[in-house]
Amino acid sequence: MIRIWIPADTAALAAGADETAAAFEEAAQARGVEIDIARNGSRGMLWLEPLVEAGMNHDRIAFGPVRAADAASVLDAILDGKEHPLGHGRTVEMPWLAHQERLTFARVGVIDPLDLADYEAHAGLTGLRKALTMEPAAICAEVLESGLRGRGGAGFPAGIKWKTVLDQKAERKYVACNADEGDSGTFADRMLMEGDPLLMVEAMTIAGIATGATEGYIYIRSEYPRAIAQMKAAIAVMEGAGWLGENIQGSGHSFRMKVRRGAGAYICGEESSMLQSIEGKRGTVRVKPPIPAISGLFGQPTVINNVLTLASVPLIIDRGAAFYKNYGVGRSHGTQPFQLAGNIKRGGLVEKAFGITIRELIEGFGGGTASGRPFRTAQIGGPLGAYVSEDMLDLPMDYEAMATHQAMVGHGGVVVFDDTVDMAEMARFAFEFCEEESCGKCTPCRIGAIRGKETVEKILRGENVAKNIALIDDLCELMRDGSLCAMGGLTPMPVLSAIRLFPEDFDRATPVAAE
Amino acid sequence: MLDETDPRVTAAAEICASHAYDPAELIEILHELQDREGYIAEETLPAIAQLLNISRAEVHGVVSFYHDFRREPAGKVVVKICRAESCQSMGASKLIARICERYNTDLGTTSRAGVTIEQVFCLGLCAQSPAAMLNGRFIGHATEEGLDTAIVEALS
Ligand SMILES: Cc1cc2nc3c(=O)[nH]c(=O)nc-3n(C[C@H](O)[C@H](O)[C@H](O)COP(=O)(O)O)c2cc1C
Ligand code: SF4
Ligand code: FES
Repeated sequence: MIRIWIPADTAALAAGADETAAAFEEAAQARGVEIDIARNGSRGMLWLEPLVEAGMNHDRIAFGPVRAADAASVLDAILDGKEHPLGHGRTVEMPWLAHQERLTFARVGVIDPLDLADYEAHAGLTGLRKALTMEPAAICAEVLESGLRGRGGAGFPAGIKWKTVLDQKAERKYVACNADEGDSGTFADRMLMEGDPLLMVEAMTIAGIATGATEGYIYIRSEYPRAIAQMKAAIAVMEGAGWLGENIQGSGHSFRMKVRRGAGAYICGEESSMLQSIEGKRGTVRVKPPIPAISGLFGQPTVINNVLTLASVPLIIDRGAAFYKNYGVGRSHGTQPFQLAGNIKRGGLVEKAFGITIRELIEGFGGGTASGRPFRTAQIGGPLGAYVSEDMLDLPMDYEAMATHQAMVGHGGVVVFDDTVDMAEMARFAFEFCEEESCGKCTPCRIGAIRGKETVEKILRGENVAKNIALIDDLCELMRDGSLCAMGGLTPMPVLSAIRLFPEDFDRATPVAAE
Repeated sequence: MLDETDPRVTAAAEICASHAYDPAELIEILHELQDREGYIAEETLPAIAQLLNISRAEVHGVVSFYHDFRREPAGKVVVKICRAESCQSMGASKLIARICERYNTDLGTTSRAGVTIEQVFCLGLCAQSPAAMLNGRFIGHATEEGLDTAIVEALS
């Protein structure tokens, strides 16, 4: 029987993958052939969704985008081994995929996400098996040695955090996985949870063993219903097979996991706000110290890591720190799943070692703007990240190099804009977003955002432009220095980068109405 | 005392029971209540507070903090359109203005025909901007015509 892969990733579903799958069933019936449809994650070539593949493991041929109306002719091409206008040849040889370094995303789109046998056949559980034979301190040391840094935005070394939690004496410790992924332009956490959810269970269990934590929460934003369902199912699969729960595989280690759903608040991605939310409270940011590694969830020591940070760990444990550390540049080790979004011809997921330039991502992988108009700017690292100009495109994606240019890698999102963008409007929006999503705890953020928005609105109307820009400068300094968390602290980043790099958009001395 | 004649209150009580009256589950309880009743009725808040043994102010504080929770019933069709940067780069602002105009309503309100149009910041479909969600179904590369057709279909 021939196996047909049709992704059930949300992005594929939004492109009609269910309708395509139904059309394949129908076409197969009409031809009297039996097909076995598997619903995989997405390969990340999102402009080709629904991307349909035929074959097994790495030997598959791809077609896309396959709409329901194309199903019959694609099935015929598969059955007869003929060419098809939507055909792309062998999936692994498609340049977009072949040029990537997929470590974290190695299985996404490849396996049947909840099939434990398929997972194991593709190196699943190797990290956990090994971790079960190691001392907790040795696991923490391996993670530290790998150079793995937090992928949630701040880039803090994961190993240091883990060691701190390990060193705490406490009744109970927790692992809290941050799957709030609120940044505009990012979807890697979502794709991973949907396409390889067993990996998240394996990764969090290793974090538990390494730190002495026995309970894990994965906090997933409510906008991701399919990721939530996949994670719940994955937890059940792993429990059923004895890889999660009491006395895992007779090792004496126990670890339990729960999914918590968010409720539409960007600030709940900030770690202390997330903890509040997991505890069933308002997501107001907590004052630090104490740090969560000492007093976190329910006042107990807690490891908090982003989805992608944790997902890197099983491979590090399996292949060793040196293997992982060899990818990347400077102090940015390993790979980053970048996400190409916005006005881009070929959007999707590109996993590459740190050091790839912005240009290679946008022009090489992305193929430039979707509109075909000239590139103007890209916002990198989410809504709190900087806008970059054309002459910054040769910067390498590396935490330190980006920081020297007043920009940040963040969660790896790259949002492209063509020349129709109004950067003053984007600056206004940055303040508006901060106003909408501020937790309200501190004044520089709560009031600053409103003042900032009103001031940019004056600039948009051409009122006292120079004076108002100076006012925004002062306001941004206040927000940066006086905010309790990076919501208020980093809102100046997109605003000031827009003013610095695109001053012409703020030069509204002549009111537009006079044109 | 719970008002057991109010079906919304009994629904809330059932849901609280299924979560073992654990106050840490409050957000999940509210989600389930809203999934069932369509919104969080004011009348259910004292009952939830009492059952979870927390103050009414705490329950109220949580309901008002999170954007997901609505205090009033929504229309028959709920359309959430993404307003975040990636979707803006592909014309989300114009799309929202057009759809609102078409249904003679404002963002965050419900039209006479029962269409609620709301903003959302990122649906994780940023490579298929502009993105939208209609009664829980995701739509990539949303257009005015496409959304309109889907809305009309969902209304009938
Ligand atoms: C406003 C705000 C939003 C954030 N959103 C997220 C998020 O959605 N996901 C995430 O992993 N980290 C987010 N962070 C960073 C977290 O606070 C925290 O640094 C991170 O979860 C730690 O994990 P890591 O070290 O693995 O990156 C956010 C921070 C701020 C200030
Ligand atoms: S900076 Fe903003 S979001 Fe952060 S604690 Fe202050 S008010 Fe809350
Ligand atoms: S920014 Fe609109 S879906 Fe992400």
